[in-house]
Amino acid sequence: MSTFTPQSEDEIVETVQWALSEEAPVEIIGHGSKRELGRPLQTEHTIALSSYSGVTLYEPDELVLSAKAGTSLAELEALLAASGQAFQFEPMDYGPLLGKPAGKGSLGGLLSANLCGPRRLKAGSARDHVLGVRVVSGRGELFKSGGRVVKNVTGYDLSKGMANSWGTLGIATEITFKVLPAPETETTLVLRGLADDEAARAMAIAMGSSGEVASAAHLPGNVASRVIGGLLQSNASTLLRLEGFAPSVADRAEMLKKLLLSAGEIDVLGGETSRNLWREVRDVMPFADGTESPVWRVSMAPMEAYKLVASLRMGAAVDAFYDWQGGLVWLRMEGDPEAAAVRALVAKYGGGHATLVRAPIALRAALPVFEPQPAPLAALSKRLKQQFDPSGIFNPGRMVAGV
Amino acid sequence: MSGLVMPKPDEATMSRRAAIVAALREIVPGEGVVDATNEMRVFESDGLTAYRQLPLAVVLPQTVGQVSRILKYCHENNVKVVPRGSGTSLSGGALPLEDAVLLVMTRFNRILEIDYPNRVAIVQPGVTNLGITKAVEHEGFYYAPDPSSQIACSIGGNVAENSGGVHCLKYGLTANNVLGLEMVLITGEVIRLGGKHLDSEGYDFLGLVTGSEGLLGVVTEVTVRILQKPTTARALMVGFPTSEEAGQCVADIIAAGIIPGGMEMMDRPAIHAAEDFIHAGYPLDVEALLIIELDGPAIEVDHLINMVEAIGRQNGATTCVISQSEEERMVFWAGRKAAFPAVGRISPDYLCMDGTIPRKELPKVLAGMRELSEKYGLRVANVFHAGDGNLHPLILYDANIPEELHKAESFGADILRLCVKVGGVLTGEHGVGVEKRDLMPEMFNEIDLNQQIRVKCAFDDKHLLNPGKVFPQLHRCAELGRMHVHRGQVPFPDIPRF
Repeated sequence: MSTFTPQSEDEIVETVQWALSEEAPVEIIGHGSKRELGRPLQTEHTIALSSYSGVTLYEPDELVLSAKAGTSLAELEALLAASGQAFQFEPMDYGPLLGKPAGKGSLGGLLSANLCGPRRLKAGSARDHVLGVRVVSGRGELFKSGGRVVKNVTGYDLSKGMANSWGTLGIATEITFKVLPAPETETTLVLRGLADDEAARAMAIAMGSSGEVASAAHLPGNVASRVIGGLLQSNASTLLRLEGFAPSVADRAEMLKKLLLSAGEIDVLGGETSRNLWREVRDVMPFADGTESPVWRVSMAPMEAYKLVASLRMGAAVDAFYDWQGGLVWLRMEGDPEAAAVRALVAKYGGGHATLVRAPIALRAALPVFEPQPAPLAALSKRLKQQFDPSGIFNPGRMVAGV
Repeated sequence: MSGLVMPKPDEATMSRRAAIVAALREIVPGEGVVDATNEMRVFESDGLTAYRQLPLAVVLPQTVGQVSRILKYCHENNVKVVPRGSGTSLSGGALPLEDAVLLVMTRFNRILEIDYPNRVAIVQPGVTNLGITKAVEHEGFYYAPDPSSQIACSIGGNVAENSGGVHCLKYGLTANNVLGLEMVLITGEVIRLGGKHLDSEGYDFLGLVTGSEGLLGVVTEVTVRILQKPTTARALMVGFPTSEEAGQCVADIIAAGIIPGGMEMMDRPAIHAAEDFIHAGYPLDVEALLIIELDGPAIEVDHLINMVEAIGRQNGATTCVISQSEEERMVFWAGRKAAFPAVGRISPDYLCMDGTIPRKELPKVLAGMRELSEKYGLRVANVFHAGDGNLHPLILYDANIPEELHKAESFGADILRLCVKVGGVLTGEHGVGVEKRDLMPEMFNEIDLNQQIRVKCAFDDKHLLNPGKVFPQLHRCAELGRMHVHRGQVPFPDIPRF
């Protein structure tokens, strides 16, 4: 049992070629912050990219940053912040939810898990911002795709192909991202006391207005009490985040308050409080309870998701809150993960996908962690895997049993 | 054709033409199959009009079932298929092949659903880009990507090409605005990717298919994000004595945290051609002109206009005019939007190139183009999506002069080589198609290209969909699948492990 920590791209290639010659499947990790997400692996060897780190290009004027896969996300975010910039897609940190320390994620993990955050609605996820990759395939070959410019349609976008592939297609060694100015000012409007369905409607009205709402989330009462030190108390809170230049934010806040007059009392949170609140929503802090109680991440049409929660509540003890205008549901189950019920309801209410992001290892081995795909799509996924990793040496079974 | 070599037509397929046409007629009855030479003429080229070729036959299906049966038939009978939307590709993506069925999707022209609370529209692929905006604008919504052919180009074609437009620095390309697809694989299988929800449950096929230029499948339904139209838009027209100063102005605007809705640059020849044509009031004594549009709430636009004006002045702007009305804003844009036809007025023919460069390299690339212009004895005018570095050099030539098309193409290829050399790419939004196919090795080595072709193999292992496009050489999938493993090597002792 070995863990390889290659220091150079050549060493990464050599390690993969060795694994190929030994027919030895390997687990690919960065710093291991998301190791407990996905189906458990049974590989003898591990390739850790943690020592392959460093920024290789950062040109703030050109809105572009390249770094090696093992580079710490926390360091990159600090570097960007020093130039008033950020990853606009606001990558979440799975650490606390999975019972690990915060701030341990790497750039490679960010892409392979296609991270994003509450700004997903307006700004997209990692796949929308990746510009280029260098990758070692499961054939032991180093290839590149994309480039360092924002606008590029030269050849297939294999950079996006690496997004959400959970290390099963290749090892991204170096990744280039578009970066953008961080918002100058942020304010959050808090609508109080709405039921889930009322909140969905209020968020739809806000998102469909000219208020340019950057994020819209809804915390039912029992969840609201578990963020920003209990400041929201146990009062259901529907959160609308406004960002941009101060005069514009103030103007849009007034417009939205008038638009949502009928929704009742509206509180305003500013500056650091607002930023902390959205960071806690992003990182699912209400469910970062140090347990292994099953947690689902469900993506659906925003106006359908609350129906799934209402139906589930009739048969199981479940805690839920919503992000992405209601379209992202985080569910914490008291007992059984109820996988069949959750997925049947996703299908019933217009489709989407449910990922069992936290569960004890036995459950993750027994249940499909990622949403099962219809046969033709599953077959296509298998063929794609085969084309990148014909010997099946990278993270075998991490996403789908036997693939 | 000038130097372009397409795959050798398969004699066996061509000799089976009557049987193929009969089979297609069985699937799509009535006028849905076109095989008369004079009726196929309208399909012989797309927006890259230098190349023409009659297809084997044209089929215009109306239902997903028909598309599925056509592709299944072609797959089983080894018949090549070239998919086509409105035929506005500027890179020859829909150029027919002599031994291939041209699958035309224009009859898929219905808007299936508009869902305002979820902010999506579900449309058939033959709906035009502008058609989506027209269908939702009465509610204040629009579809953001706006390629200049938006009045004609189809959303299915936009997906195939990952189309952009002047607003994509702020609002993204097609790939960032498409949430879901239904598509038919060459086997006839129908798959659905995404939907009204966000992000994929598995591999990002949506990302791979968008921009795949019709080589992976045929799109039969598209779900797009619709956005609320910004309440206000105002534009500035800022002229500079040098392109360096204009470039620095762009960099400073972005450094100030401003992402304009649109930011376009024109060089002197483009300014003059546009002004002579449209009389937009462009200054004729500048080397570079920026048109910068800010959109959003009125108070924000006013705030940012002042910031941008100050940045322009600091960078030596000699003219700075701010639009005071919607009419005036439209006039500023009219010249830029008419730049291509304006150049068409001063030259019998022109080639439109499409490289992207890191913005800071602009002065170097412009200087390089001036040298190449002298070398080839051809004029060039430049319009430039300044925010994202996407350059559209227009090479002026006369097709009636022998060899001049060939000269213009060589000039264009040299410009794209220069783009790649300074860290840029061959195409920002027009696609590779046949036009830039043979330049792919300038940007990618054999391993890079082979891995892209392997993606193609996962979708279409017989290489039946749109062959001859994008890849200079399509290696057989079986050949690409071979593994060469060096056995018997010892584990590398010098790689740290614990």
